[in-house]
Amino acid sequence: MARVSAAQGFARPGIHRPNALLFLGPAILVLFVWMIVPLALSLYFSVRRYNLLVLERRGFVGLLNYRLLLQDAAFWAAVVNTLALVVLVLAVTVVLGLMLALLFNRDFTAKNVTRTLAISPFFVMPVVTALMWKNMLFHPVFGLLAWVAQSLGGAPADWLATYPMPSVVAIISWEWTPFATLILLTALQSLPGDQLEAVRIDGAGVWGEFRYVVLPHLLRPISALLMLETIFFLTIFAEIYATTSGGPGLATTTLPYFIYLKALLQFDIGSASAGAVFAIILANVVASFLLRAIASNIFQGEPASAK
Amino acid sequence: MPKWRFLVPVVLLVFVSTLLTPSPSPGQATTITIATVNNPDMIIMQKLTPAFEQQNPNIKVNWVVLPENELRQKVTTDISTNAGSYDVMTIGMYEVLSGWAKNGWLLPFDSLPSSYDGQDLLKPVRAGLSYKGTLYAVPFYAESSMMYYRKDLFAAKGLTMPQRPTWTQVETFAKAIHNPSQRTYGICLRGLAGWGENMAFLTTLVNTYGGRWFDEQWQPQLTSPEWKQAVGFYVNLMRHYGPPGVTSNGFTENETLLANGNCAMWVDATVAAGYLANPQTSKVAKDVGFAYAPVAVTPNGSHWLWAWALGIPKSTKKADAARAFIYWATSKAYINLVGGKEGWTSVPPGTRYSTYQNPAYVKAAPFATLVEALINEADPTHPTAKPVPYVGVQFAAIPEFQGIGTQTGQAIAGALAGKMTIDQALQQAQSNAENVMRQAGYIK
Repeated sequence: MARVSAAQGFARPGIHRPNALLFLGPAILVLFVWMIVPLALSLYFSVRRYNLLVLERRGFVGLLNYRLLLQDAAFWAAVVNTLALVVLVLAVTVVLGLMLALLFNRDFTAKNVTRTLAISPFFVMPVVTALMWKNMLFHPVFGLLAWVAQSLGGAPADWLATYPMPSVVAIISWEWTPFATLILLTALQSLPGDQLEAVRIDGAGVWGEFRYVVLPHLLRPISALLMLETIFFLTIFAEIYATTSGGPGLATTTLPYFIYLKALLQFDIGSASAGAVFAIILANVVASFLLRAIASNIFQGEPASAK
Repeated sequence: MPKWRFLVPVVLLVFVSTLLTPSPSPGQATTITIATVNNPDMIIMQKLTPAFEQQNPNIKVNWVVLPENELRQKVTTDISTNAGSYDVMTIGMYEVLSGWAKNGWLLPFDSLPSSYDGQDLLKPVRAGLSYKGTLYAVPFYAESSMMYYRKDLFAAKGLTMPQRPTWTQVETFAKAIHNPSQRTYGICLRGLAGWGENMAFLTTLVNTYGGRWFDEQWQPQLTSPEWKQAVGFYVNLMRHYGPPGVTSNGFTENETLLANGNCAMWVDATVAAGYLANPQTSKVAKDVGFAYAPVAVTPNGSHWLWAWALGIPKSTKKADAARAFIYWATSKAYINLVGGKEGWTSVPPGTRYSTYQNPAYVKAAPFATLVEALINEADPTHPTAKPVPYVGVQFAAIPEFQGIGTQTGQAIAGALAGKMTIDQALQQAQSNAENVMRQAGYIK
């Protein structure tokens, strides 16, 4: 109650309000420097021929960098790979995270220990995760999976070469499922017990309980999760750098890795900046898609959870 | 205000002491920052820094040690933007030849002190670090590539490795020894994509098959019959007699495989010899044999030439201290110091004739004379049978090569993994190379 009246007090007319811009100013300035300056520089470099190693032949080239990029098969492969990676990892982490969250919402022996263990992959550094999977699990000579395959009488598979994208998806999913579990588990714990009780009295089975109470309750956290994870997955780099180096061929070259190749391998800042501008456009397209989907979900979710 | 009273003498003291101290005090230490690669030889150099600081009490050394790729990114962005974060940079032959010297980014070593004995540096290595006759970086260690093989596995099959094998013979040997159920693989070669990884090896293979990166008009030659033949041979060899997971194997991975006893043959950098012949790091130390890198059609360019060297960026303000360090780290005395402290197989190889005349080194390193001969025979100006417009055995020393080489390496790794055919891979690499060369203005 007290909080409400305080909030109303601020909005009460007649009381002098301090100039908001004075307080907002520093924050806006920091954000401006933080965002607009790099963006402007990217745009500036993207219309110039600028290779760090070549002192001659620099200058304004108009949209040449963009044109060459759009003609480059590797660039389109990178766009497709980025989207595929994001969608696949999202699907795996949300489904697995939901299952684990439901599991850890129950009571069983050694729950605390297993929960800690299930969450720990999230705290391993990405490069360490990648090297662990590459050398200790996937390696066709020294890896655990090769050993299992050989002891069962099969031939060891070379995972990263034969199934590069699924392997990378597996690594990133292993890393990010705990994050999904955490978010969904906290949401589940806020589910009121009386709702479950009521639906059981109404005669719903386990499936009905999940479908009509738990899932509507989780709709918003799942939307938030999708949003957050997409932001992170669009910039996935370390796992690819340390395992497949974007290969074999272009099989795991994503947009961030493609930009890295242009900027820090070819030292072609012009093309890399043009690629970065495309990455910004792609991120905005995906984000606006998601925002719209989430917004509609939340509006639909409202009456569903009220039922 | 007790705080004030306390501060007054301090401020006075500082003020007076700055007045009294002569500005370039002889007792004042200069700190130099050195960027280097995390290879074993450089780690030893870092470890021995106290010896240098004792001889030069005025100089303190600050190290930045990074893996090869990261180092290259750091120093290249630093030097091209004139940032001046480093006083000594560890750079390769490729950097010096591909434009760093021409761009005026490095201070020349035009007058080496007589005590340093510049004539003692191996001629091809010295030439590979010079531009228009002036030395721009001093070699720390140099290498070529050679054949490593397992004498015990060869003896068990009644085979002998000739001193100068051909690739046809290598295929026969690989076929005879390959036994995947025992985890013994016929041959290990680099498959990890990158201009300094699989393409370093593959370029020597293409060279000896008579192929070249560019013709005299800078037209890329990746779809030529020689390239198709060499890459076809490589893919076939690795699919049939290679270890699983070739496309993730670079230098380090193959070195580990051979040291663990999983490979019968390996063609790679001569610098691995010390590691493989050392019983502490290698399970097969006493069974490792050494031979020339195999030849197909022409011996030109069948084995590479590389050097890691120390250079001084022109952005430094401490050139004298940097020079003092470089002369120390590449001197005869340094080689003797490492030999005494770390053992003779650990000395940085390939830089000085005197190392190979040292009986202690020749005795400890059975590969010494072979490595010296390989380095002396490598000719970066004639890397294959046909004439080329570029310099470099396992690279073409132009700034655009890193990109072209890596994309070609990715395409060939794709072909090796079965993602595309060899013709498709080479076609893709060719059109990429043509694009880059057109954008850079070499061809129309």
